Amino acid sequence: MVGITSYGAYIPLHRLSRAELHRAWGGIGMLGMSVPGEKAVAGYDEDSITMAVEAIIDCMRDTDPKKVDGLFFASTTHPYNEKQSSTYISAVVDLEREIRTADFSGSLRAGTIAMTSAIDAIKGGALNNVVVAAADTRLGAPSGLMEQSCGDGSAAFILGDKDVIASIEASYTISDEFAGVWRADVDTFVRSWEDRMVLDTGYSALLYEAISGVMNKCNLKPGDFAKAVYYSPLDVRAHNRLARNLGFDPAQVQDSMFMTVGNTGTALAMMMLVAALEEAKAGDKILFANYGNGADAFVLEVTDAIEKVRDRRGIKGHLESKRMVNNYETYLRWRNLIPMEPAQRPELAPASISAIRRSRKEILALYGVKCKKCGTPQYRAPASAGGRTPSRICVICQAKDEFEDYKFADRKARIFSFTHDNLATTPDPPVTNTMLDFEGGGRGMFDFTDRDPDNVEVGMLVEMTFRKLFFDRGIHNYYWKARPIRV
Amino acid sequence: MAEGIKDKVAIVGAGCTNFGELWDKSISDLMVDATYEALEDAGIESKDIDAAWIGHWSETSGCTGMSLSGSLGLQYKPVSRLENACATGSDCLRSAAYAVACGACDIALAVGAEKLKDMGIAGLPNQYPLGTPMVLTNLSAPGLFAMLATTYFHRYGLSPQEGKRMMAHIPVKSHHNGFLNPKAHFKREVTLEQVLNSPIIAWPLGILDCCGVSDGAAAAIVVRASEAKKFRDDPVYIKALQICANPADGARRTDYDFTHIEATYRAGVAAYAEAGIKDPRKEISMAEVHDCFSITEALIMEDLQFSSRGKVKEDLEAGIFNLDGPLPVQPSGGLKCFGHPVAASGLRMLYEMYKQLQGKAGPRQVKDPKLGLTQNMGGHPADNVVSCVIVGL
Repeated sequence: MVGITSYGAYIPLHRLSRAELHRAWGGIGMLGMSVPGEKAVAGYDEDSITMAVEAIIDCMRDTDPKKVDGLFFASTTHPYNEKQSSTYISAVVDLEREIRTADFSGSLRAGTIAMTSAIDAIKGGALNNVVVAAADTRLGAPSGLMEQSCGDGSAAFILGDKDVIASIEASYTISDEFAGVWRADVDTFVRSWEDRMVLDTGYSALLYEAISGVMNKCNLKPGDFAKAVYYSPLDVRAHNRLARNLGFDPAQVQDSMFMTVGNTGTALAMMMLVAALEEAKAGDKILFANYGNGADAFVLEVTDAIEKVRDRRGIKGHLESKRMVNNYETYLRWRNLIPMEPAQRPELAPASISAIRRSRKEILALYGVKCKKCGTPQYRAPASAGGRTPSRICVICQAKDEFEDYKFADRKARIFSFTHDNLATTPDPPVTNTMLDFEGGGRGMFDFTDRDPDNVEVGMLVEMTFRKLFFDRGIHNYYWKARPIRV
Repeated sequence: MAEGIKDKVAIVGAGCTNFGELWDKSISDLMVDATYEALEDAGIESKDIDAAWIGHWSETSGCTGMSLSGSLGLQYKPVSRLENACATGSDCLRSAAYAVACGACDIALAVGAEKLKDMGIAGLPNQYPLGTPMVLTNLSAPGLFAMLATTYFHRYGLSPQEGKRMMAHIPVKSHHNGFLNPKAHFKREVTLEQVLNSPIIAWPLGILDCCGVSDGAAAAIVVRASEAKKFRDDPVYIKALQICANPADGARRTDYDFTHIEATYRAGVAAYAEAGIKDPRKEISMAEVHDCFSITEALIMEDLQFSSRGKVKEDLEAGIFNLDGPLPVQPSGGLKCFGHPVAASGLRMLYEMYKQLQGKAGPRQVKDPKLGLTQNMGGHPADNVVSCVIVGL
């Protein structure tokens, strides 16, 4: 029996109130309509890769990384057109080399297409445990409904055929060529055809067809399902209309998080499924469907094993933990949507691909070493003045090449010292730099992100988070930072 | 322990340019000005120099010994370029002193020069070597040193207000001295309140807790002690010259307390041993130290054993290190007011000690000094190299 064996999700800490967008631009369209709620906004140092890492870490809380033999990552906002995101992510979450990685893109349905591919690979016996993640940071052009609607977030599942928490009982797929919502290779912002046609010809018709199709296939009626979890378009009213047309009771329909997160693109339906699984009981049947250049529909059945995977930050945990972005201008700055005066600071040197590759274990998976002679865990920043990684000589007993690997990424740490630096350049000033002492030993200096500058003190407990540092000369450069314990 | 070079090497000439934003001077100008002042002071010509060491940190200035031989027109002499961050100047002196001490040459020249004000922006240039993964880029020098203050305040139970007030005594004192120094970059007095209220650069350091970034050069001419009187009646002798590079462990080992700089302490201990000093606070007459930030100077006072651990606050409040106090520190104004052209600073500190010992320091003359100490630090609190030089008549 193939199905979901674990779930995880991530919602960025920051939220932007739609009232603030209204303050900046006035209402939407001729009627001056104001849109309620708020949307989740990736920090200036987050993108689809970093958010996927968060959701996967949440999902793999009790999974041995060595048992994962596939990583599929779906997004319409991959940082590179030519260079895989999933190989990068697998290095960050420390998966083995002998795995199958693939990026899925091109459609908001990419996440469920990736899930279908994983299900088929497991059914066919090629793979056993496949991580499928989806994340998006889509942009609507300033002042438009798309800007009001799009939010940022991610979700991840592990699919397998042992200890399944929700089995995949059936699926139904339609492929349909229609450019209702799209973004060309040179576009920054999402485009849309006239919304009445987008909804009538596309969304409402195709999801109706796919959902009816999978229910007929299994001889099930709307009343048989505990929850109906399906993608919501930008106009959330169409989400409710579809439920009525299909015969679902509004209480059965999984909330689309429009009021709290916004439309997270490829991640949305999967994030909604995580939210549904957080509340699901053994025996529940869940209808799960996604839309985008066609539609995918699935019938899931929750098993007793669901109770074993409750320890997740998931949707509920991340929703509760939030901070409002001060104003719309901050959002524009974080998304790099307005040219800013350059900082009066020297330019950065180019990132070295060879140096990054050489130090990939330290940089991407935040590995340090532990001395086999004196037992001291130690981390050497790959860019410290006193040499480069890897560490060859023990910092305490000076033994040479007597190390075993020691992972710091999943360890908490306490702030030993810090400063708020007004001189260093950042889209979120001041730069808060910390010297951290890790639980179990080891020290390192790290940027402190998602912090409230007024609430930083010596001794504060922090955790590590993978973030994007900058884009320069064609290279997206990432590294680990510290943050306050999120949930 | 090795024999050391105490009283084996003498400084017979020294030069130092004005420090500041010298928009009309190139690094070559600065090398020529500092060296020719030193040559004139020693009563020799450039052709008399047997070997030279030039230090500059910024790679924008050219990278070989030719930056000096070309500027001075030195004719086919051995010239090496040295770089040890902010401790570069002292390291040039070390090479020159060792060369004459061992007899490899008779007259050696050490020059430190830096041209920082050609960038169009304030602060220091980034110096990322090739092959840097560029993962710790959001660090400024004030930010790195500010973490010392955070930890010092925490360890000794100082509130931010108390801690900032303790630090503020340092720039007030140094600005007073710099005000008296015609070559200083910043020649104005500041009050305690001005320091306390200056805009925060990197919490808890305000802008008046930070030293200036300047252009400038300094030079010294050294000979064997036995020859020194042939050049002048009042040569200044090197009593100790120690450099200590830490193993870049401060950001890696959890037992480092971040309330002292181990390399400063060890360089001091080694220098006191070489010079035969038992009680530094009593025996040292005056010092020029690496006050890149006020907290750095506070810790140096403890590391050099001028103040007991955790007690520098009392000494600062009592004015121990003021120009009229028992142990004047930064009679020149220090990095804070004289300015800090990175590679020149170590030799600039030496220049001040040399002039003070000769009684030529004008209105900022320290009364009857016997031994002067310079402490010069390159790097930041976790990874650094520190020199400690003691000179006397």
